Amino acid sequence: MNLTLKVWRQKNTQTAGKFVTYKAEGISPDMSFLEMLDVVNESLTRKNDEPIYFDHDCREGICGSCSLYINGHPHGPKKAITTCQLHMRTFSDGETITIEPWRSAAFPVMKDLATDRSAFDRIQQAGGFISINTGGVPDANLIPIPKVIADEAFNSATCIGCGACVAACKNASAMLFTSAKITQLGLLPQGQPERYSRVQAMVAQMDEEGFGNCTNTGACEAECPKEITLNNIAFMNNDYFSAKLFREEQAHDHTGGE
Amino acid sequence: MSLDAKIPQGPLAEKWSKHKFNLKLVNPSNKRKYDVIVVGTGLAGASAAASLAALGYNVKAFCFQDSPRRAHSIAAQGGINGAKNYQNDGDSVYRLFYDTIKGGDYRAREGNVYRLAEVSVNIIDQCVAQGVPFAREYGGLLDNRSFGGSQVSRTFYARGQTGQQLLLGAYSALNRQIHLGKVKMYTRTEMLDVVTIDGHAKGIVTRNLKTGAIETHAAHAVLLATGGYGNVFYLSTNAIGSNVTAAWRAHKRGAYFANPCYTQIHPTCIPVTGDHQSKLTLMSESLRNDGRVWAPKTVEVAEKLRSKEITASQVKEEDRDYFLERKYPSFGNLVPRDVASRNAKEMTDDGKGVGATGLAVYLDFAESIQRLGEDTVRAKYGNLFDMYLQITDENPYKQPMRIYPAVHYTMGGLWVDYNLSTNVPGLYALGECNFSDHGANRLGASALMQGLSDGYFVIPYTLGDYLATIGPKPVDINHPAFEKTKQEVIAYNNKLLALKGNKTVVEYHRELGHIIWEYCGMARSEEGLTKAKAMIKALKADFWVNAIVTGENDEVNAALERAGRVADFIELGELMITDALARRESCGGHFRVESQTEEGEALRDDENFAFVSAWEFKGENQEEELHKEELVFENVKLTQRSYK
Repeated sequence: MNLTLKVWRQKNTQTAGKFVTYKAEGISPDMSFLEMLDVVNESLTRKNDEPIYFDHDCREGICGSCSLYINGHPHGPKKAITTCQLHMRTFSDGETITIEPWRSAAFPVMKDLATDRSAFDRIQQAGGFISINTGGVPDANLIPIPKVIADEAFNSATCIGCGACVAACKNASAMLFTSAKITQLGLLPQGQPERYSRVQAMVAQMDEEGFGNCTNTGACEAECPKEITLNNIAFMNNDYFSAKLFREEQAHDHTGGE
Repeated sequence: MSLDAKIPQGPLAEKWSKHKFNLKLVNPSNKRKYDVIVVGTGLAGASAAASLAALGYNVKAFCFQDSPRRAHSIAAQGGINGAKNYQNDGDSVYRLFYDTIKGGDYRAREGNVYRLAEVSVNIIDQCVAQGVPFAREYGGLLDNRSFGGSQVSRTFYARGQTGQQLLLGAYSALNRQIHLGKVKMYTRTEMLDVVTIDGHAKGIVTRNLKTGAIETHAAHAVLLATGGYGNVFYLSTNAIGSNVTAAWRAHKRGAYFANPCYTQIHPTCIPVTGDHQSKLTLMSESLRNDGRVWAPKTVEVAEKLRSKEITASQVKEEDRDYFLERKYPSFGNLVPRDVASRNAKEMTDDGKGVGATGLAVYLDFAESIQRLGEDTVRAKYGNLFDMYLQITDENPYKQPMRIYPAVHYTMGGLWVDYNLSTNVPGLYALGECNFSDHGANRLGASALMQGLSDGYFVIPYTLGDYLATIGPKPVDINHPAFEKTKQEVIAYNNKLLALKGNKTVVEYHRELGHIIWEYCGMARSEEGLTKAKAMIKALKADFWVNAIVTGENDEVNAALERAGRVADFIELGELMITDALARRESCGGHFRVESQTEEGEALRDDENFAFVSAWEFKGENQEEELHKEELVFENVKLTQRSYK
């Protein structure tokens, strides 16, 4: 296959970026999208030109590093996969493909196609944990958890923190990401003691990072490579308002236990 | 230097408890006077950083990824062993110990492995308390599955994403300590050297991957939890960024590298399709619970399958060879990985391979789907089947998977004693980065167990002993050793950046991978290894003349990062070959064709090789020196492993 790529190039956060056009030639349909970019980068390197920078690591859809906005979709046109799982057989010979980084004020472009997603880490650091130390915990089978609850918590816990939800949202909202952790821990018995302080701390951090609000468009759910559902946002909102209206005084500061 | 593993005296079951009592403690109010560096934030690193910070130490944690959550532990699929005996099927700490020692082909330390089995039960408790959503039964209790090399069900799992869930648990514990100000996290920061003062590790030199700044960090101890070196093969199931650089640079500063030739080739991976491929993808060992491995009985049938004249489902039952079930009736498809891989290779070597390249055998779910229904199979393995479909464009619910062995894990690593200390005082190695618990072959679901064991339950005890000994006097970052090491790192990077030849770093990496896979992969011979050693020497010389490294230091520069890592892989590759040559026996994943039983199984030579090989770096382009740590077996009897 031969393709034309329109790729966003940007030296660093401070510099303005622009689209640059490249040819990708002799591409096999069995290549992954990132392997196609590897081929382009190899030819740039041989000419002593600077290769295109993009985040990637595991290349099997689980680490959440890869983050390309391809032809107007985070992770490209296919449903429920990450960029690294997208294969070139999805495209046709001669096609022009536009590749951009995630676009959000809270995710500044670091270089070319890579953004700084540390805001996500800070949201997790604000409360995405259960305040226990190592050791001194009860036997794993002491508290039975209904299978449906455990499965539901698992579904929320599969979020890979890639940021596609933010990139897809017209408001650049991080509510799907934030709510996934709140729901996972809020469903499990181990998460109950800090349930209401957690939701307030994480939402406050999310707002501070400059992410937008949710207006129920559902683009995040449609584009999420792990199919995290909007129900998570409903769960978070329920807990958040419940905490604000009825539990503000009961809900201690989310200090992490010290 | 003599190698003292510091295994405590006394009966096996009491070693760890007694040792914990004998270790010195640091007073709670003194802990805050100590700084500890943790490099790597996978299962071992994140759990160690969180646990040490919870005790009160000041921790600085480093990862090269943009977030600690992306360490490659995240990709582990199948599960984690724990000797809970929840299934009432005869499991015990002793049985997990025995299975692990035997699975490792009697090349691991009894004391370490017993401790691993002992703390395995605490790990499961810890993870559940963190909110890790393990699979459960309808009664609300935890579910288990079986893994290779064992006849009990002791593997805890979270669908096919156990590593992800465990890592996110450890990441949450780490986040809590960051929140509390006890851990300072450095992301997109790569460790490039260790700083030693008077023979003790006192800090590291790093490169900030966003700005290129070369920086120094001081601490009372340095913990490396930087993973394995499987990417020396170029194609492996590791992440693209997984590398040996931190461990290798520590090796060049005096830390011995143990058993580098012990590498694990995992039997069930998606086969290679072409040169463009950048990595390989594992299909979890758990699939062998319900999938049956087979190849056509005759070369004629195999040829028809390769030319697509017929499909797999058209091959009659009597024309199929379920070779693992045939040869190993008691373990069947669940033989250990090294055995399963060698048998698959044997089939393809005999011309019975399938797929376009002929380098694959089948993993067939037709019978399970018939017995359990497609929905049950989907619930157990759905994400793995989806991954297979994305990569191959073939539906494994309708036709068998094609699988072939690929590099997955490295049992070798930095030499450590029972306290996880390398021979450089103050320098520790945890998780896959060290060598200590898996012998010559790791059993499935044991990597996650070992990473978390080291981080949650071993290092928090053993590190205190060293810290109490050296005292809390702050480490002086202005000591000339820091500036000296920093300047050496800068000079080395400049040497890389000056390379403006005609061949890309990726091409060198691919070439190195071909050499190692061909001569130091599933079968190794004196002749092949000797040849490979010369080839790697030539490759190294060529690299330092003809490689191309684009860009500058003071910017985001992936080319420079990759070049440094590949240069280290080339050097490590040579040491692997040296080690494989020196070990003139077969054991576990190290199969010397000169040393096999009549049935083609690995034949050990316990009289001459029941030792750990620990290699000492002697200078650039010098042969490394071998030190031997004799392995003492007081509890298990060394026998020819049999899974028949």
